[in-house]
Amino acid sequence: MNSTLAFIFIGVAVLFILGMKFLSSPKTARNGNLIAALGMLIAFFATLPLLHFAPHHAKLNVILMVAGIVVGLILGAIGAYSVKMTAMPQMVAAFNGLGGGAAALVASLEFLRGAQTGSIAVIETLPMLFAMLIGSLSFSGSIIAFLKLEGKFEKPYTFPGINILNGLILLTMLGLAGYLIFGQASNSTAFIVMFALALIFGVAMVMPIGGADMPVVISLLNSFTGLAVAGDGFVIHNLSMIVAGTLVGSSGTLLTLLMCRAMNRPITNVLFGAFGSGSGGGEASAEGVTGTVKPIQADEAALLLSYAQRVVIVPGYGMAVAQAQHQVRELSDELGKHGVEVQFAIHPVAGRMPGHMNVLLAEANVPYDQLQEMDAINPSMDRVGVCLVIGANDVVNPAAREQKSSPIYGMPIIEADRAKIVIVMKRSMATGFAGIQNHLFYRDNTRMLFGDAKASLNALIAAVKAS
Amino acid sequence: MSEQILILFIFVLAVFVGFEVISKVPSLLHTPLMSGTNGIHGIILLGGMLVLAKADNSLVQALGFVAVIFGSANVFGGFMVTDRMLQMFKKKK
Repeated sequence: MNSTLAFIFIGVAVLFILGMKFLSSPKTARNGNLIAALGMLIAFFATLPLLHFAPHHAKLNVILMVAGIVVGLILGAIGAYSVKMTAMPQMVAAFNGLGGGAAALVASLEFLRGAQTGSIAVIETLPMLFAMLIGSLSFSGSIIAFLKLEGKFEKPYTFPGINILNGLILLTMLGLAGYLIFGQASNSTAFIVMFALALIFGVAMVMPIGGADMPVVISLLNSFTGLAVAGDGFVIHNLSMIVAGTLVGSSGTLLTLLMCRAMNRPITNVLFGAFGSGSGGGEASAEGVTGTVKPIQADEAALLLSYAQRVVIVPGYGMAVAQAQHQVRELSDELGKHGVEVQFAIHPVAGRMPGHMNVLLAEANVPYDQLQEMDAINPSMDRVGVCLVIGANDVVNPAAREQKSSPIYGMPIIEADRAKIVIVMKRSMATGFAGIQNHLFYRDNTRMLFGDAKASLNALIAAVKAS
Repeated sequence: MSEQILILFIFVLAVFVGFEVISKVPSLLHTPLMSGTNGIHGIILLGGMLVLAKADNSLVQALGFVAVIFGSANVFGGFMVTDRMLQMFKKKK
């Protein structure tokens, strides 16, 4: 690399870092994304002089390259602009999987090329195998995460000994890696077997994890793809790929850990615990539940809401499923006209993606200063007139605070039960993701408003307007 | 110092920068941040292009072509979808 290019790549690295920094604050986030995109554009043009076209194939390769970029651009743009806001997690999973697949292919092609011409240096084999392994795992894992978020086999699929099987696959891959590094460095059969095993491992790793834990999985796979890209950067000596991939890898790891901390579950429990499979948690659930379920009609609920001083709305995955974010905003506006102070309490892991609720409410034009984080709202929950829970379950279950035997004991929750009145909008009495009964539903100050969230909200809006 | 050691040095520093730079992100922005970094690793497109350029048989050309499509969809889709999300975050007027 000549020094001009080196300077350009330093600038690119700075743009990526600034972009990520700006992405961490709501005021600057959009510019942050554009700055990172600008960095990418510069990196793209700076790489063009580095392309060494194979003699006799230059013309076809250029055509393939341009065609590939255009096809990818069209696919990416269609995906990005047609996806519904509620399906955002799937989209991120899909783009992430494509990146992982590309990283695995790049590493594999470099290996096969090296294997043809003779032996590959050990120092090259290591990052190659790493990028291939992590990239293909991220590829197949993201596909499963995508399907789970689309509602296909959402439940954790597991069987006794799955962790042992996964361990065996992992050991076999490590064995093959050792053989390729220290033995026959150019054995492409061993490499291809390893590739296939890595794809299977990605599937086997994500299948036992429940749909609601997909945020953590996607975040983890996102950081995996970053690391795979960094590995490829080592292989093809591209500094900007190393820096960009590493930044994504380490920030993604931190983000994953932050999410696990928000649920008070160690990452090992998320990945290997088969949480929410209903085993174990089932029996413990009924204990400690006292009181009766008290249904309420929309008219009465509307009265309670419009005469409250302060209303806190707790949205959950149910709101996303019902696509009810616009109705939620309308209700909040109507209540505002009645002089009610309305706030939204957002649990860090509500929905199927960190910040999922924020994105949906932002789409419905709820100003973000009306959205409160869990820690900000909890101290004042005693002074809330009505807490309206829309399709949230485990994140408001007081068992997390009170019942030591509960599987979610210790998870920080939004303390909805401390409000004067709690109205829970729910389709039925079915349990949430953790598969346990919610003690909140049986409290004396809780009323249940059964029905589809969208229909109930429309009834509430009409009733509030009339009052 | 050899080039490999220097590169390793950069790698280690980048790990810490990655940790540091997002340590104070509010959960409000978790999704856009994940999606934005998702766009950044789309830089793998460049890797795909470098490999495809060198391709001298049809197998490598075909797989390199797929890698370029994947990388291109990742980088364009990642940044576009993030921008679409972020343009909805507005303060009260």
